[in-house]
Amino acid sequence: MTGTTKDHAEPNYWMVWLALAILTVIELLVARVQGARAFVIFSLCALALAKAALVAAYFMHLKFEKYALILVVLSPLVLSGILYVGLVPDAITHIHWLMH
Amino acid sequence: MAHAATMNDVERYENQLTPGWGKLMMWVFLCSDAMSFAGLLAAYGAVRLGSSDWPVPASKLDVPLTALNTFILICSSVTMVKALSAIKHGDRKGLLGYLAATMAGGATFLGIQAYEWTHLIHEGMTISSNPWGVNTLFGATFFILTGFHGCHVLSGVIYLFCIFVRAAQGAYTVENNSAVEIVGLYWHFVDLIWILVFTFVYLIA
Repeated sequence: MTGTTKDHAEPNYWMVWLALAILTVIELLVARVQGARAFVIFSLCALALAKAALVAAYFMHLKFEKYALILVVLSPLVLSGILYVGLVPDAITHIHWLMH
Repeated sequence: MAHAATMNDVERYENQLTPGWGKLMMWVFLCSDAMSFAGLLAAYGAVRLGSSDWPVPASKLDVPLTALNTFILICSSVTMVKALSAIKHGDRKGLLGYLAATMAGGATFLGIQAYEWTHLIHEGMTISSNPWGVNTLFGATFFILTGFHGCHVLSGVIYLFCIFVRAAQGAYTVENNSAVEIVGLYWHFVDLIWILVFTFVYLIA
């Protein structure tokens, strides 16, 4: 079953847990920042993606899988990106409509 | 003999390339499920961007309680990965203990979410209306996104229970633990998705 998994020492899962807990606290603090809306939204998205990456890399052992499997698993990210880019014109139209 | 040697070579080659059918199929399922959530989150973003009367989520939703729920789910991910680690080291008691802790974490998450839903529904927020005079899609997107994820958590707890029963029967060993690894993949995915849902639905104002 572990045919694609590279041989590796077991990660320190409690350190990953600690990192996730700290990032969650930082998220809550950033969410309370008043003003600087673009900065807050960008920071929250970056923190969420960092937490998701930690879960995928260490808990799902993606970091230790073979390159081919990593590519397959990451393909939805590319497709999701295309989905979001496809929605941008619609969202911009809505924003433009709301501002007038 | 020559034929047998060839087959062994093929099998060895295939083993280097493929992670085993069970694990591979779980990854395929998770990729398709990720697209489902991506679609829901994209729809949520589009609806929210196009709305002039979307409320600040923190003013209507209980962010501290949900942050606690997020933390509980993260903790259950750690216990899940420790369950796999335990059986890989031949520790069956550890496997059972950590699986039970993971199920408890999932059940607690569901309990808190049920409490939150009940509270909001009592306030008058439904999938098609709300008492605050804000965009009615606020309730629709909230219940659909958190409900869809909650169904995944419920399925995960049931799935974990099935694995727990098999583990109690001694089905898993140091050499044979792929089922634990596969249920772990599912559980961590549920945790990963919640991290995104929590940020987009609860935190971004």
